[in-house]
Order: sequence, then structure tokens, then C-alpha cells
Amino acid sequence: MSEPTNPPNPDAPEEAVPAQRADTGEVIGTRHGMFGANNGGDTSGYGGLVRTVRLPGASTRPYGGPAGAGEGYGTFDEIADELEGALDEKGLVPENVIEKTVVDRGEITFHVQREYLPAVARTLRDDPALRFELCTGVSGVHYPGDKGRELHAVYHLRSITHNRLIRLEVTAPDADPHLPSIVEIYPTNDWHERETYDFFGLIFDGHPALTRIMMPDDWQGFPQRKDYPLGGIPVEYKGAQIPAPDQRRSYT
Amino acid sequence: MSTPSEASRASVRETTEGPVYTVTGGDWDEIAAAAAKSDDERIIVNMGPQHPSTHGVLRLILEIDGETVTEARCGIGYLHTGIEKNLEFRTWTQGTTFVTRMDYLTPFFNETAYCLAVEKLLGITDDVPDRATAIRVMLMELNRLSSHLVCIATGGMELGATTIMIYGFRDRELILDIYELITGLRMNHAYIRPGGLAQDLPPGAVDQVRAFVKKMRKNMAEYDKLATGNPVFKARMEDVGYLDLAGCMATGATGPIVRSAGLPHDLRKAQPYCGYETYDFEVPTADTCDAYGRFLIRLEEMRQSLRIVEQCLDRLEPGPVMVADKKIAWPAQLALGPDGLGNSLDHIKKIMGTSMEALIHHFKLVTEGFRVPPGQAYAAVESPKGELGVHVVSDGGTRPYRVHFRDPSFTNLQAMAAMCEGGQVADVIVAVASIDPVMGGVDR
Repeated sequence: MSEPTNPPNPDAPEEAVPAQRADTGEVIGTRHGMFGANNGGDTSGYGGLVRTVRLPGASTRPYGGPAGAGEGYGTFDEIADELEGALDEKGLVPENVIEKTVVDRGEITFHVQREYLPAVARTLRDDPALRFELCTGVSGVHYPGDKGRELHAVYHLRSITHNRLIRLEVTAPDADPHLPSIVEIYPTNDWHERETYDFFGLIFDGHPALTRIMMPDDWQGFPQRKDYPLGGIPVEYKGAQIPAPDQRRSYT
Repeated sequence: MSTPSEASRASVRETTEGPVYTVTGGDWDEIAAAAAKSDDERIIVNMGPQHPSTHGVLRLILEIDGETVTEARCGIGYLHTGIEKNLEFRTWTQGTTFVTRMDYLTPFFNETAYCLAVEKLLGITDDVPDRATAIRVMLMELNRLSSHLVCIATGGMELGATTIMIYGFRDRELILDIYELITGLRMNHAYIRPGGLAQDLPPGAVDQVRAFVKKMRKNMAEYDKLATGNPVFKARMEDVGYLDLAGCMATGATGPIVRSAGLPHDLRKAQPYCGYETYDFEVPTADTCDAYGRFLIRLEEMRQSLRIVEQCLDRLEPGPVMVADKKIAWPAQLALGPDGLGNSLDHIKKIMGTSMEALIHHFKLVTEGFRVPPGQAYAAVESPKGELGVHVVSDGGTRPYRVHFRDPSFTNLQAMAAMCEGGQVADVIVAVASIDPVMGGVDR
């Protein structure tokens, strides 16, 4: 686990509230209440509860490694050093290319600016010290609360030569859902990018044939976005109406 | 055979692209006559999605010139059921019930990969009891056997070798009996849960697995006798579905395909999970890059799996099969009744009759579930088909925020075009069978 980097809150009375691990990081939304009651009065007493949802934030050096991490220089630092060096050689400024680096749960994530994704992927694949030969595809995630960067594309790259695994994360706003395609670098991403387009509406510029792959060709909408309903119909069970899964009350 | 009835005749439909024939079998003469009449040599054949040789609802679009395939494309998505979307509306524990249905021939791999990812998010990877991990490994290796048996059996059937099909399904039945004994179900088990297992092994399971290993060792020789040295079988398989290492890396093919190109890449050795580093087994490879090499690798992997299953049985010590944390351990007091796995009547008597707190706890955990700290994790296991990766995102709630399965069948099927183009139509069947795609996993 990475070191908690909480700055002490100057307004809080000394030792009154312990620092929360979740106080740092990237805010992706807020939750109200507890029991999902949003139509009518909430008599549970939890109606006023407000919770901020944060994903793990940027980590600082040293990053450590996958096993134990802790303090000290590790595999993740080696990868980051090699990547920064290789980008430098290409005439790119690493600080502009990599927004932030997150080390969490023994995994390292490089958040890359979308216009530099192909350059980073090519460097990761070709640099002898990096050699991430195998891309395991792309997974889309939709964060409607992450304003200006709602759509995330997550790539996992595996180096068989060095036996390492890293993650790249790229974002695009809902208003401009374009990302550069990396099919040219990793041909295996052909179907994966089509799948992510099909489900999230992310348009991969430069893909040879970006068409729907799972849903019918004339389908409207992108089913795995958070604002797209699951669908389903209520069913009767022992005299009671059970609503469809996405209409049921849920814990927020 | 009498003359084909009116219904089975090839029907013709004129389109702007040329005539379209719908063929149902037994009406080839008309097609051949029409093709001979046509001045255009180029024919596009739509094979599937309902075709006995395409491993489920896979549609192959082949452009053929005589007997040669000049272009091959896949049409997939016929089995898409939105499992990843559905997962976002159920608790973390209910997720196993969904993921087990993805690649329905490798349910234990789907469940384990998903649970490993959830456990990583929870930070309880090291707390999973040893007994649960050993049973997981045992079930996964039995599952590798049953999956490879289906691959070899159906692959043989598609070549016209029905005997090997009967043998493969006969032996798979023995494994399904073991699944039924342990989990109550032959498929779709939802037996592996975040934190451990749904319940412990029932009495007699260890003996039955031991008896199976002994019997299967004996039966393995029959596959060698039937197929390995069979000249007809070899003639159909050798140099068919060729894909070398560079091709594997480009298309992202893993599993027996990449190992048939000579690279001993196996996540059980490279990035061990579930304690695989403590088991003694080999990773077989071949250097032929073809369907025959993949067949030999699958046979050898089955032998290695039998070795691992025996080692699991030897190290099974009595103990818990679920993490100790009662905030996560879903009340696993289940009992195997005549109608499958269900609530244990003893447990219901206790929570309904004697302990109100236990009842509240049971109710909360079953209806609300547990919360998982925000973040993302990737867990990968070596499924019989290759790297099965699971990307799980949590927003701190009681349900997954996003679950994505990198199914090896999906990725490997992309290699179909590279394996088939330039070859013969009949070899397409062999090449697809050697990829061993399962459409439930491809389409999810």
C-alpha cells in the first residue's frame, strides 16, 4: 500500500477527527442518504448523510514494487524511470505526457494525456528496458461525476520479457469522446476498441473499422454508460410486485 | 435417399450484390450448378451463426475462390447477454452467479478470477484460508481437464471422428459428477465466493476425486491411441491454423496457441496466484505453431492437471473455507439438499429462534452486502484458453462500479483470419477448433 499523504487539516481541532484515508484522491461523485430512498421522505435518519466518493490519488516517489511496496526504490520506480528517460529521448516532456502516477494495491497506473497515448504505447512496446509486448485490451469506465473527463479507457500492458504488468489510464470528456487508436501498435486491440466503442461510445480515431461488435449495427445508445438503464420488467412473486433490478432500492 | 423435399431446396434471392442462396444441406448440386454457370469465381460463404461446426453461435464470413479462402471474418455478438452491465446492479457476492455463466465451460476460472480481483480490492488476499485456496486450485485444474476434453471431443467431431467425441464427453461426465457432488450443480456453480468458498467439501468428495484421477490416468492412453499417432488425424491437423510467435504477440493470443509457438508463457508460473508456485508441474510447449501442436499441448496439460489435483488432495488440511472477517464472510451456512445447494435448516433455526443479532447480521449482509474500498484492480488467471483478466472498479459501494472481463476466447478469435486466409475451406473448421473459442465467453 502506498503511504497516506494526508495534509493535516488546520481547521480541525487537534485529534478530534482522525485523518481519513479517503480524504485524498480524485473525487468522482457524491452520495446522499444511505438506503437509496429518493422519492419521498427518508425516515431512516440517514437522509442527510453526504459522502464524497474518491478514487486513490497520485502517489509520490518512491513507488516501490508490487510485493509489499512500502518505502524504497522498487520495480515501479524502475519502470517509471525507464519510461521517463525513453520519452525524454523522443523529445517529449514526461510531465506533460503523464498527468499523474497512482500506486495502489500493488499496481501502478500511469494517467496519460490522450494525445500522447500512441507515443507512450509505442515506447512501452519497443524500448528494450520496457518491452510490454502484450496488451490485454482496453476496458472503458464511465464516471458521470468526473466533470470534463467522464470517459476513462484503461489499458493493461504485460511484459513477458521482464514479467511485469502496468496500467495506462486515458480520459476523454463526454462532449468530445475521442481517443487515438493504438491498433497500429497493438493489433490485438482491434476488437477491444470496437467493444469499448460499442458500449461507451468512445471513438478511437485511426481504428481501421470502428463498428459495433456486440450490439446490433443499428442499435441506439451506448449500453454500459451509467445513464443507460439496465431495463427489465417488474415481476410478481407471491402476490408482491418486484421491480426490475435497476429500479430496486439500493444502498448508496 | 429420395429426392429432397421442396422445403430443403436451396432458395434463391436476387440482390444488388448478386444472387443469394440459402443452403440447408442436401442441396449442394443446385449450388454447384449455379456456381458453374456464374462467370464470377468469387463466392462469399456465410457459415453460421447456427452451424454445428462453429462452436456455438459464431458466424464466419468467408470469401472463397474455388477451395481457397481469400478472406475470413468473424461475426460475433449473438450470445451477448450484458453480464458486465448486470453486475453493476447486484452485490459483490451475487457477482459470482453472473460471471460463472460467461465462459460456461470454465466456470471455476471465471469465479476465481473475479474473486481474486475483489479480494485484492478488499485487501484480504492473504487472509483467504489455505483450505479454500487448495480447493480452488483443485476445482480449477479439474475444470482445465473438462474444458480441454470438450475441445478435443468437439474438435474431433468436427473432423468427422465421432469416437473421440464419445470418449471426451464420457470422461467429462465423470468430472461433472464431481462438480455436482461438491457444488450441487454441473455448471454455473457460483461456488467460489469473495473471501473463500460457499461451503466445505461434502463427505466422500476427496475419495471420489482420487478415484477419478486414477481412472482418468488410465483413460488418457486412449486419446493417444485414437488420435495422437493416427495418420488421418495428423494429416488434417498438421500445418493447419499456422500462427507463429510474432503473430501470437500481435493478435494477443495466449494459452495453448502461444505455447504451440514455443513460448512457455503460463501465468501459473509467471505471475503465480492461489499458491501455484508451491505446486510441482510442467508447462508443455510445441514448436509447430499449428493445430496438431495445440492438440498435443492440451493432452499434456491434462496430464499435468491430474498431477496438480493429486497434490491438492494431499495438502487438504481441515480448517475454515471462508475468511474470518464476519463483515465479509457471507453466511455460508449452506446445506446440500436434494434440490441443490440451499440455506441450512439448522442455521435458519438458529437465527430465527435464538439469536436476533445473528438474524440482523444475516439480513444486512445478504440484502445490503459488504462495501469495498474505492479503487481498481486487475487479476488474471491462466484459463484453459489463455489469460483470463478481470478489471474491477469500486466506488466504495456495495455493488461493483464496473467489471470488465478480458476473455481469452474473445482475443484469441481475432487470430482466426490470420490462421485461415490462404488456406482451404475445410481447414477453417480445424483452425477454429484449435482456437477453442466459447461464445459465452466471447460475447459475455
